Amino acid sequence: MSAFFDMGGYGAFIWPSYAATVLVLGLTIAFSVSAHARAKAEIRRLEDQTKGGPS
Amino acid sequence: MTALSFSARLTALANPKRFLDISGVLLPWTAIAALLFLSAGFYMALFTTPPDYQQGETVKIMFVHVPAAWMGMFVYGVMAAAAFTGLVFKHPLADMSAKAAAPLGAAFTALALFTGALWGKPMWGTYWVWDARLTSELILLFIYLGYIALWDSIEDPVRAAKATAVLALVGAVNLPIIHFSVDWWNTLHQPASLLREGGPAIHPAFLWPLLTMAVGYNILFVWLLLLRIRTEIYHRRARSLMLVQGAGP
Repeated sequence: MSAFFDMGGYGAFIWPSYAATVLVLGLTIAFSVSAHARAKAEIRRLEDQTKGGPS
Repeated sequence: MTALSFSARLTALANPKRFLDISGVLLPWTAIAALLFLSAGFYMALFTTPPDYQQGETVKIMFVHVPAAWMGMFVYGVMAAAAFTGLVFKHPLADMSAKAAAPLGAAFTALALFTGALWGKPMWGTYWVWDARLTSELILLFIYLGYIALWDSIEDPVRAAKATAVLALVGAVNLPIIHFSVDWWNTLHQPASLLREGGPAIHPAFLWPLLTMAVGYNILFVWLLLLRIRTEIYHRRARSLMLVQGAGP
């Protein structure tokens, strides 16, 4: 198991590159999904207001 | 099919309402496919690939570095094509596609640079060198960041689309420079191993995990691009609704 993490002595370079990949792609997904959900909720709210006539 | 009906079909596809319908169907499937390919790719990369006879285990960095670098350039191509379409045909959906693609391209390019530095240290003895490949890749990241900043700095979306499209098209000159930099100048970076005359110079044990990762990155891009274009459509609709409400009685 420790041989797996050691990666032939190159673990200090390999693991950070995988961690950065997972982190950056994960954050990009999280931002895109949450922005989409927020924009969708906002448009629903505005459309309901418009249908309900001027408040 | 006549030319008229073809262009009518294209126009129908480019209709934001229609786009919301079609992308709504595609979203879950692209998300699942991206997850499957990326899981398989990461599993093969970490657990089943052998060490390289020259590079040892550091070859594992290739599986996250090379697809990120490819996508950094591919996304720029998509973005520049969309920007050009928006500039010439004045279609808002093209503008929105270009805007939605930019942060994705910037993320891939940043990953290519970071993982490349981590690969460079054990193999070349340095994290960074100001040679043609590395410098032109860094410039690609700066162009993405400038493009995003320019969108954010102009309030009116029509004017912003025009200004950013010009930047995207001028910046596209960097793409062939990145690609051919390894042939045109002396560099520490190795030349292309896959897109070369005589076929790929890479063992199948490495080629298949690499291609699986590349397909995963591509589908991930498609999923996030669709999601981000939808977000942009909602934003613009919200903007016009608020204008109507503000002007109402």
